[in-house]
Amino acid sequence: MSAYFETFNLGKTYKTPKGDAVIVKNFNLKMKKGEFVCVIGHSGCGKSTVLSMVAGLNEMTEGGVILDGNEISGAAPDRGVVFQSPCLLPWMSAWDNVMLGVNQVYYHATRAERNQIVEYYLTAVGLSGSFNKKPDELSGGMRQRVGLARAFALSPKMLLLDEPFGMLDKLTKFELQGVLLELWNREKLTAMMITHDVDESIYLADRVIMMTNGPAAGIGDILEINLPRPRDRQEIMSQEQYYDYREFLLNFLQERADEGKEERSAA
Amino acid sequence: MSTITDTTKGAVPKKFKSKKLLIYNPNRVAHTLDQLGLGYFSPIARLVGGDEPKKQLREIVSNTFLPLLAFAVFIGIWGICSQFVVSDSTRIPSPAQTWTAWQGMVDFAEAEKIKEIEYYEANEERALKMEAKAKVAEEAGQTDRVERYNGMAEKFRSKVYQGATTFFDQIGISLITVAVGFLVATLLGVPIGILCGVSKRVNIALNPIIQLFKPVSPLAWFPIVFVFTTWGIEQPESTSIWQRALWTSAGVVTLCSIWPTLINTAVGVASVDKDHLNVAKVLKLGWFKRIWKIVLPSSLPLIFTGLRLSIGVGWMVLVASDMMAQNQGLGKFVWDMYQNGDTQSTAQIIIAVFFIGAIGFLLDRIMLVCQRLVTFEEQNI
Repeated sequence: MSAYFETFNLGKTYKTPKGDAVIVKNFNLKMKKGEFVCVIGHSGCGKSTVLSMVAGLNEMTEGGVILDGNEISGAAPDRGVVFQSPCLLPWMSAWDNVMLGVNQVYYHATRAERNQIVEYYLTAVGLSGSFNKKPDELSGGMRQRVGLARAFALSPKMLLLDEPFGMLDKLTKFELQGVLLELWNREKLTAMMITHDVDESIYLADRVIMMTNGPAAGIGDILEINLPRPRDRQEIMSQEQYYDYREFLLNFLQERADEGKEERSAA
Repeated sequence: MSTITDTTKGAVPKKFKSKKLLIYNPNRVAHTLDQLGLGYFSPIARLVGGDEPKKQLREIVSNTFLPLLAFAVFIGIWGICSQFVVSDSTRIPSPAQTWTAWQGMVDFAEAEKIKEIEYYEANEERALKMEAKAKVAEEAGQTDRVERYNGMAEKFRSKVYQGATTFFDQIGISLITVAVGFLVATLLGVPIGILCGVSKRVNIALNPIIQLFKPVSPLAWFPIVFVFTTWGIEQPESTSIWQRALWTSAGVVTLCSIWPTLINTAVGVASVDKDHLNVAKVLKLGWFKRIWKIVLPSSLPLIFTGLRLSIGVGWMVLVASDMMAQNQGLGKFVWDMYQNGDTQSTAQIIIAVFFIGAIGFLLDRIMLVCQRLVTFEEQNI
């Protein structure tokens, strides 16, 4: 079966006076349609660079990306992005923030249809009482809900999430992971999420991609998460498998951390 | 963890919401007053709400009496000056003399107003008489006379009173002049500023010109603007307010007040949050939509900061440019009084100074309110 999404030798190199700084090299990943993949790695390893290249916000210097049979070039609404900070436009209400994208993608739809789309997604993320609130009237978690609604409302071919819950407290994070999974269960979007939270990646992903440390970071290992869906946090945490996955991922990260230390002491 | 169903409970029925607004919330009212630049009244609003009455009373007392005290000291120093500061023909008028001069100005303006009303009433009366005659002529079938009488009635009605210009007329002219100058500065400054902010090349190209002309005094601009208005604007009838002098003065205001708007707009547009531009990229917004939906709203606070500075500069420059252009505004008033050179006229100049200050303050406050209305709370999580 051919892949729905594929990166081929994806790489990023910055030219510096001291020579080339290779951030990411030979990043090869294939994804099936409707697959949820988490990318984990130490901070600064280049995982966000991979995502922003796929999003088209950062130019790739090597390789290419194919989505649904087409090579991507530049950013477009067929890849919905949820940023680390929600990036809402502060002068627009939650409604208008979502509508901005909907207008862009569904320009052929009637006003009523577009209203319906915005209402559906804002309600789905649990904001039915806050349509007209401005971002500064919303809590951090609620803002990111709008961010999720905005990305999903584009009906993108692929969903790209760049540590979307990294700035939230643990409780809010749990809530929003639930919101994300529920939406994803409905739409079965192909999703790539950057995170450094091991538990989050096991809870959400079908596969966890472990990235090696930079420079020239690539894929170190891939872990299949064979937990049944729809997932319930309590239920999966009661399974032994969960802790095997967890240990495997933590070991990987620990090894990379040790490697980093050795390199530093050698230098 | 079924948050989706949980949070829908958060929907507040509309009825409840409107009820909540009716309850007097001293903090909200005080905050609104602060926003409107009426911070003086916010402790009163809090006091009405019963919020820490002692603290509010203390604040009201100090907010009222400290400025009054300073003002009393100022009046005292002024009074002392009026005793000693003397030139050949004039002296610094005392506060009392200034007050008398002010009353004289009001009386004069009132008398003028009455004269004007009487003038129009008398003409209306004449016009009615002519129309009555026209009617008589019509009944008699004298068509040529009808036409003549009606023509005369028309003439009486169209007569414009040409009395002396009062101080208050001159304030009006000044406000119109500064409004015209400021409007033109805004219509030029904001678009050019946007271009400078969007395109680095335009910015590089225009920056030397901006830096070169920004510090130029209105007195230096005047002769150049004068040549332009003399060339481009036909002198209207003397009854029209759109005199060439007004355009000249407004032109000087434009040239001096355009820079803060232009520069602040350029900075605002150039410093739009990169995250917001990423949103535009992901949504593939077109150029115009990007400017209209993302760049402009996000730079509005800085644009309005620029506009506020501009109107301040414009008003300050106005008096000088009115003097030079002989525009019938406050500048001309000050100049004419200065030419009179007696103590009475100096007292009138002092009145003009107070008015210039008060109007400048008001304009600034109006712009401050506009500025606060467009400023959104920054997202910070």
